[in-house]
Amino acid sequence: MDAIIENLPAYWTGFRTTLQLTLVSGAIALAWGLVLAALRVSPLAPLRAFAAAYVELLRNTPLTLVFFFLVFVAPQFGVLPPLGFWTAVVALAAYTSAFVAEAVRSGINSVGIGQAEAARAIGLTFGQTLSVVILPQAVRTVIPPLINVFIALAKNTSVAAGFATVELMASGRRLATANPGDVIWILVGVAFFYLLITIPSGIVAGLVERKVAFVR
Amino acid sequence: MAHQSPAPAMPAGRADVPTDPLVVLEGVNKHFGALHVLKDIGLTVHRGEVVVVIGPSGSGKSTLCRAINRLETIDSGTIAIDGQPLPEEGKALAQLRADVGMVFQSFNLFAHKTVLQNVTLGPVKARGVKKAEAEANAMKLLERVGVANQAHKLPAQLSGGQQQRVAIARALAMQPKVMLFDEPTSALDPEMINEVLDVMISLAREGMTMIVVTHEMGFARKAAHRVVFMDGGQVVEEAEPETFFTTPRSDRAKDFLSKILTH
Repeated sequence: MDAIIENLPAYWTGFRTTLQLTLVSGAIALAWGLVLAALRVSPLAPLRAFAAAYVELLRNTPLTLVFFFLVFVAPQFGVLPPLGFWTAVVALAAYTSAFVAEAVRSGINSVGIGQAEAARAIGLTFGQTLSVVILPQAVRTVIPPLINVFIALAKNTSVAAGFATVELMASGRRLATANPGDVIWILVGVAFFYLLITIPSGIVAGLVERKVAFVR
Repeated sequence: MAHQSPAPAMPAGRADVPTDPLVVLEGVNKHFGALHVLKDIGLTVHRGEVVVVIGPSGSGKSTLCRAINRLETIDSGTIAIDGQPLPEEGKALAQLRADVGMVFQSFNLFAHKTVLQNVTLGPVKARGVKKAEAEANAMKLLERVGVANQAHKLPAQLSGGQQQRVAIARALAMQPKVMLFDEPTSALDPEMINEVLDVMISLAREGMTMIVVTHEMGFARKAAHRVVFMDGGQVVEEAEPETFFTTPRSDRAKDFLSKILTH
């Protein structure tokens, strides 16, 4: 227990990096995932095929492999990302966006086809139909699976510890090495800081879900 | 070759005989997998004409209605509205759909928008009408269909008949050239059917071009110029309503009418 309190500054530094990784890659994953979901239901077959292939590829690849690809394979094709925070962001966002896309798509499918038909029948374009009619109604269904995705993301940031990003997990590992007698408490501390991100996420999701409720 | 529809007849109370072709279907075919739902359909609807499409379930009448604004794609043939063939997916199609009003069996009002917003959405988003102007026009339309006092409610708070009247107002707000009705009263409780039919009859009286898939013979008799009877994906018979209901020519029409008239 004392080991946690004595090392709060080290935890705090790691926690801030983890939080930044989660927020930045989460925001990018949300935006890109929305685009992918839109492509997935687009009237144009090539766009649908691209989104489907992307989602299948990324969600079925272990996250560690995505990191490996960026760090070791991409340079061989002339792409040289600087190792560290932004590499981690790219890997996490690319990976997470596949799950976001599927969560959003399930929400889109939960809105009756008649809503889209009515929207298109009054002359709205595909984009307008999606943004004005379908997505606002899909939000409520999408939030629970989406928050699962973001909680998974918060925890997945720990993979970045293996790729030169000193976030919460890496900080914990350093602390554990420095305090071999208190490894269990050090790890409990790490877990606590992850909960500091994930539990409030769940609470916020619940609030938003209630706020966007409406009678069908 | 243009399909030759019989010269539209004139129901009592109608002033003009429509002669200007507005919706023209030629050689339209459509399959759902192995099922041939539309077989070489030819149909011309003139400006100001009211056509009722009638037929047993599965005869392809709803598909026909939905094909006219390309909610269903067709496999072959052409559909033209006001001389313009239906465009492929994209902006041009959206613009064309804006000119074709559609009323669905299940209303399909936007569940998260108020009644007023349902009616203003199309004009504001698809036509770029200013919000205040769109709202003023929407209130007039809601007044006309008798639901102005419900303008700020959500669709779920309205009865089926009220929802369908809002759906008609929503379609009218786009000032369409033609209105498609896909079984507009089939999902309604019996006591609400007439309030919707009354709105449709008054629309017909004002000269709106209408294609109506319905089994409401009262409506057909009062408002339609022509009845198109479909069966098995084909147009089997076309006639003036009175002629069709009293002396149908084809056996299939006779059989169908005997089934719906005995009750």
